[in-house]
Amino acid sequence: MGWAIALHGGAGDIPLSLPPERRLPREACLRHCLQVGVHALKSKKSPLDVVELVVQELENNPNFNAGRGSVLTTNGTVEMEACIVDGKTMRCGAVSGLKTVVNPIYLARLVMEKTPHIYLGFEGAEAFAREQGVETVDASHFITPENVERLKQAREANRVQIDYNAQPVQKDMKREELIPDGDSQIGTVGCVAVDNEGNLAAATSTGGLVNKMVGRIGDTPIIGAGTYANSLCAVSATGKGEAIIRGTVARDVAALMEFKGMSLEQAAALVVGDRVPKGNVGLIAVSATGEVTMPFNTTGMFRACATEDGHSEIAIWDS
Amino acid sequence: MGRGWAIAVHGGAGVDPNVPLHRQEEAKLLLARCLNLGVSALRSSLPAIDVVELVVRELESDPLFNSGRGSALTEKGTVEMEASIMDGPRRKCGAVSGVTTVKNPVSLARLVMEKSPHSYLAFAGAEEFARQQSVEMVDNEYFITEENKGMLKLAQEANTIIFDYRTPITALETCGTSVDNSLMMNGLPISVYAPETVGCVVVDSEGRCAAATSTGGLMNKMSGRIGDSPLIGSGTYACNLCGVSCTGEGEAIIRGTLARDVAAVMEYKGLGLQEAVDFVVKERLDEGGKAGIIAVSRDGDVACGFNSNGMFRGFASENGFMEVAIWN
Repeated sequence: MGWAIALHGGAGDIPLSLPPERRLPREACLRHCLQVGVHALKSKKSPLDVVELVVQELENNPNFNAGRGSVLTTNGTVEMEACIVDGKTMRCGAVSGLKTVVNPIYLARLVMEKTPHIYLGFEGAEAFAREQGVETVDASHFITPENVERLKQAREANRVQIDYNAQPVQKDMKREELIPDGDSQIGTVGCVAVDNEGNLAAATSTGGLVNKMVGRIGDTPIIGAGTYANSLCAVSATGKGEAIIRGTVARDVAALMEFKGMSLEQAAALVVGDRVPKGNVGLIAVSATGEVTMPFNTTGMFRACATEDGHSEIAIWDS
Repeated sequence: MGRGWAIAVHGGAGVDPNVPLHRQEEAKLLLARCLNLGVSALRSSLPAIDVVELVVRELESDPLFNSGRGSALTEKGTVEMEASIMDGPRRKCGAVSGVTTVKNPVSLARLVMEKSPHSYLAFAGAEEFARQQSVEMVDNEYFITEENKGMLKLAQEANTIIFDYRTPITALETCGTSVDNSLMMNGLPISVYAPETVGCVVVDSEGRCAAATSTGGLMNKMSGRIGDSPLIGSGTYACNLCGVSCTGEGEAIIRGTLARDVAAVMEYKGLGLQEAVDFVVKERLDEGGKAGIIAVSRDGDVACGFNSNGMFRGFASENGFMEVAIWN
């Protein structure tokens, strides 16, 4: 038993050739966010507060696809979504279709605590944000030049790109030069944490897919798909949303522990191996007893973890 | 090959004990009509996914239950509907939320599944997709019934979110101390009760399972509120083993991931369909959470479970069994 924390910045086809100028800032961000989380856990903050805090940090960093840095819809707009779950009470909050809220995860927390509902979307969620006085900014705040360029390329390729999918680039070397970061996508973010008493929480936040249809909802805000926590474990998933929804990925990690008596690692490995096709998913999970696992079936996943016994890791590809 | 087709429909879990008899009869007739529609389609060898869509369309088009026409109203007095559908063999799914002018939300969910790269579209984007797909659209007014306008007014006077049901005056005498029953409309007190979401699950004669759920949500809900009905794994789920549709208190259903859990305990614990439904109702709802479930298995079994007071439901299977019921 002991505290543990894991966080991710998206899974996908991250090229092994990712140039240092794209890799290093993200590794630095993961390191910083891990420190923030570890410090908060050591200061006896509740896992619910810790995952919210860490995801806010990730949202504020433009290197990942959440908050500022979110990818753009087919109309060139940002529509963000987020979800938070408290394992102990099973209380949860989720939001979709946010355009002006600086920290979507904070609004998800407010939906959980201040409304009779779990999940608010689009205009109604924006209205709720104003009512609660949360920080909002002009929608243009979230739009980075990199993402404008990504959308342009996705439209040219006439496809919806998933995180890190570099296929159009491989077909056309000239196009690769146009791609500002060589990996074409930056990922969804998430954090899971457990304290010394075994209290668990999970949070996930995303801008979704490049060139997604307006109104598209992915796995992130769906309890049991992208995000889940109960008294056994906390899970945050990332990758191709549609595949994660069909695989009920986050709930199934918990269900395998609950109904088949598997360990956290076995359960997570089985879900990533069997319930979602290869190349589509990564997840981070912690158990009530302080175990951590971070499996993925994609080329890589931006990830970091730390446990009370001194283990700490920051990685992108298979070690 | 399966062992015969089976179908189940529901019109919500949690029925006021004092629901007027004529309304009970209307509900039973509607459920029977929908069952017959589904049975004919199954006899004509329509695949399960087509049958659940067909039956839920019929439930949406009839104003009796809370979906499509007859949907509960938001705090603004508008209708925001949601629906989802899932095809078991391929585990493909489609869902919509915040739909305001689409006559049959379940058919839009089907189109999201078949014709979009996504599995869930909501609000303005879902409406835009509906126009692109040329589905039948109507004014928001079409969905709003006089009955529901009155209910909303009362809910707002009481400053509460209420489910859309009313009881005759006798309820006041039986539960005179209840705050819920102090609300009156047309001389009838109102109590907090089922949202009357609709759903259908089907297994066809080839053993393919499918599920669909559709709802207007909660009376006096905040605009933008999303419930369990469109959420795959909560309100709706289907896989190669079974098809499941849930109804009741949305937030409790979401926390319990009820629909997926019926399938998960079959898959991971080896339970039979009815055992799985019973297990989930008993173990997966938090304290006080009220819900009902209908489910079919690829073996042609049909099952139902609820911990609420009654559930509008109907079942039929190839061996001639047919039943429409409201109470325990």
